[in-house]
Amino acid sequence: MKLKKRVPVIDQGNSLGFWGGKFGGNFVPETLKKPIEDLEILFNKLKKDRKFINERDKYFKDWVGSPTRFIKLENLTNHINGAQIWSKVVSDANGGAHKIYNATVHCLLAKRSGKKIICGDTGAGYAGKMLSMAAKKFGLKCKIFMGAKDIARQQPNVKAMKKNGAEVIPVYSGSQTLVDAVSECMRFWVANCDTTAMCVGSTVGPAVFVRICGWSTSQISRELKAQLIDEFGSIPKKLKLYNCVGGGSSSFGFWNEFMDYDKRQVEFIGVEAGGPKKSKKHAAPLTYGSKIGILHGAAQYVNQNSDGQIEETESISAGLDYPGISPLHCFLKDTKRARYTAASDEEALSAYKLVTKFEKLRPSLEPSHAFFVALKEAKKLSKDTVVVINSCGDAYKDRGILEKRLGKKYVKSN
Amino acid sequence: MLNPISVAFKKAKAENRPALLTYTVAGDSSKKQSLNILKSISKNADILEVGVPHNTPVADGSQIQTSAYRAIKKGIKLNDIFKIVRDFKKFDKSKPIILMGYYNMIFQYGDNNFLNKCKTSGVNGLIVVDLPWPENKDFAKKCKKKSIYFIQLLSPTTTSKRLKKIIKNSHPMNYFISMLSTTGGKLKVSSKEILKNYNMIKKINPKKEIVIGFGITDKTIGKLKSADGLVVGSAICKEITRSLNSRQNPVTNVSRLVRKLKNKIK
Repeated sequence: MKLKKRVPVIDQGNSLGFWGGKFGGNFVPETLKKPIEDLEILFNKLKKDRKFINERDKYFKDWVGSPTRFIKLENLTNHINGAQIWSKVVSDANGGAHKIYNATVHCLLAKRSGKKIICGDTGAGYAGKMLSMAAKKFGLKCKIFMGAKDIARQQPNVKAMKKNGAEVIPVYSGSQTLVDAVSECMRFWVANCDTTAMCVGSTVGPAVFVRICGWSTSQISRELKAQLIDEFGSIPKKLKLYNCVGGGSSSFGFWNEFMDYDKRQVEFIGVEAGGPKKSKKHAAPLTYGSKIGILHGAAQYVNQNSDGQIEETESISAGLDYPGISPLHCFLKDTKRARYTAASDEEALSAYKLVTKFEKLRPSLEPSHAFFVALKEAKKLSKDTVVVINSCGDAYKDRGILEKRLGKKYVKSN
Repeated sequence: MLNPISVAFKKAKAENRPALLTYTVAGDSSKKQSLNILKSISKNADILEVGVPHNTPVADGSQIQTSAYRAIKKGIKLNDIFKIVRDFKKFDKSKPIILMGYYNMIFQYGDNNFLNKCKTSGVNGLIVVDLPWPENKDFAKKCKKKSIYFIQLLSPTTTSKRLKKIIKNSHPMNYFISMLSTTGGKLKVSSKEILKNYNMIKKINPKKEIVIGFGITDKTIGKLKSADGLVVGSAICKEITRSLNSRQNPVTNVSRLVRKLKNKIK
């Protein structure tokens, strides 16, 4: 299995949509074949269309707020006393997370296809919140599917969705988290694909959704590349990009523009959710060697039992609480371009405490996983190594959990 | 030897009626009970579809989901399902059985392993909801080698160009999804509209048996009589749930429902 140079990774799948011949594809009910093919034709045309790209860039700049900051975390750098610690503060983006890029592009595509309604799934509530914002902006009716368990633990985002006029539909099946929300959203699309567009909230799902999402979030690395050159004059000789990985949309977007660099110069480190220390459940299929299987239309490494039933996951962060992983990351893992590891709930919380103690930055529980591994590894790295962590979400949505786990003082300052 | 599925269609045609296909989930609400349901409905059903429950079903509505989760909760495994089929075939050897499920379970079992097991247990056909054409080409070929029908799904969104290609490559039986819906949705298009689409498909190759499914109940089945076969699934799953909730025997209730369905298409 080989990664091609000078070809965008999203376009490296074969004619059936498989990366590396085995990840991704379109394992979908017959009813969805046509709408997916229509979307593919539209997306393949528009991603080469200058006018469409300009339109995207205009919204990214004026509405999403581009570029998001790239900052040095001086105090943490001093405290760690190893590599330089930097952060790309993607949570600066309108709405507070990277999910806005994919949501914006899906709404632009929906408008072009003449659809009046858009449906989407959400775990932490960010994908749903951003989709509700974008739908409102572009005059589309919006339906968000969200697991009942996630609705209870991510209330601030639920309120935001409702305020934006979206209908939030609780999903009570299965584990009542993201995996069930995605299933229910796909079922809704099966029944309504003639009038409704679907936005899959991450780089998962049938191949075209993986591609659209990766294309959208790549804005992050486009900005970062320019910012690095601004700051250092060129891409640093030792650069390490740390990102949390749930479905994998923010990490893919954070890395994409650096794909062709030698990994000894630009290393990618993906941090999955290891779950509670004492639990056997996790949301880290790459780290813990889960077998390849099919989930939500795509072949991927996925937590499952020997019979092929998808297993329940457990993580403090709703945004990483997904049993599968993007086919793009399976491909990056097996081609050895990226390295994957996991952080536990407790480790993510400790990183959150450390970051907020030293810096004016409040990463949500998802990027806190990446911070943990980055800060641990940075201690042993040389001072000319540049460590960048994607702070892809803001902790505002985690108030309830943080208060419960760490006490009130960690919430007040939000 | 002719596949029992084809024999069943012939028999129904000789009686001037569509074949009645039932769908029940293996292991709902227990292994024994699902076997007993199959035995009790086999008198009136021509072809038995046996659902392989999966916990991330992207095309099933709430009734079948409820049945599937109930079976999974009781611990049903693929090997148990093969045993149910084997036990049923001891009871009624000629009645055709179709397994219907999602591809991941077959993939984990291994395509060849799975098909060998199907063959030895007496499975006559397979419907794999999330393995569409052309992705299913290789798998369908493997089925053919074992004389197991791989049943292609056709939907109102399937373009006519695609319909022709699928049917050209298909085995003797195909399944037309009546409307844009998950299983068990309310029939939101008229039976006239469904039959129009059905006839268009039938014209492509009249020799292929086409069954209609999704949204068919005892209320609607009579209006679709001109099809080669009609599938009732969610309505049966719903009856099992209703029986359990009211502490009645699902076996007798489902048996009664299937008899009623049969009378509507005679």
